[in-house]
Amino acid sequence: MIGLSHYLVLGTMLFSIGLFGVLSKRNAIAVLMCVELMLNAVNINFVAIEKFITPGTGLGQLFAIFVIVVAAAEVAVGLALVISIYRQKKSVNLNDFNLLKW
Amino acid sequence: MNLNDVVAAFVTGLTLSDVVFIVIAGITVLSALGVVLARNIVHSAVFLVITFLGVAAVYFQLNAGFLGLVQIMVYAGAISVLMIFAIMLVMDVEPQETNLFNKSVPTILTGGYVGVLFFAGMTGAIAFTKWPVSSVKAGDAGADLLAGLMLGKYVVPFEVAAILLLVAVVGAIILARGVEDK
Repeated sequence: MIGLSHYLVLGTMLFSIGLFGVLSKRNAIAVLMCVELMLNAVNINFVAIEKFITPGTGLGQLFAIFVIVVAAAEVAVGLALVISIYRQKKSVNLNDFNLLKW
Repeated sequence: MNLNDVVAAFVTGLTLSDVVFIVIAGITVLSALGVVLARNIVHSAVFLVITFLGVAAVYFQLNAGFLGLVQIMVYAGAISVLMIFAIMLVMDVEPQETNLFNKSVPTILTGGYVGVLFFAGMTGAIAFTKWPVSSVKAGDAGADLLAGLMLGKYVVPFEVAAILLLVAVVGAIILARGVEDK
């Protein structure tokens, strides 16, 4: 009874929760966490579509692994940036990071 | 046909794997909400680990065992530890009230509006799309299949990803070490 659309709706739910968090949280690390939620939602969609539409090819899982690699790189650089900015500004509040705002 | 009949028809139509999916999806979505709504960022990190484990369980249910193991190792293991280390490094106050929403209410409302709109739009799109579901039942695409793809047809993206990871790690080290005062 559970089919492709249920998995896609689960992915959409996770993505929407992550999107809400990215747009409305104040802490930079919390925003990075919400980006991770969004990337996980995309991975669920890749794997579900592979299983239901092109079974046995392994392509969806391959894409998901590439997404995981990029997510790991993104988290490493993002957290390094947060630590680096914290050292200068003594804050992780995104409202204090408006140096480039006109 | 009253509500009880509808519920009974729904429950008798469920197989064990459907029940497992509903439980896993519920845990995953609730802990994702916990990540966003928790006021303490350490609680958010713990909820994030639960979400990652839930997503890994979804992969196992989708016959993607290798990817589930990668998810547990990379996300629930490495990335969450990295997050918690960063939290410990930048937290100079008590952990309560460290993960609040933005001060301006319009920002929160915009975020909620965009999130709800996205969810409604995508759910509608999913419901109205006719998916070309294949009738082939494939087993678990094991690590050997993925290894063949990665080192065969998709070897260039694989190498690019490897270089990206190397550059990102070196860049992260340089960024986090900072510039020394001379």
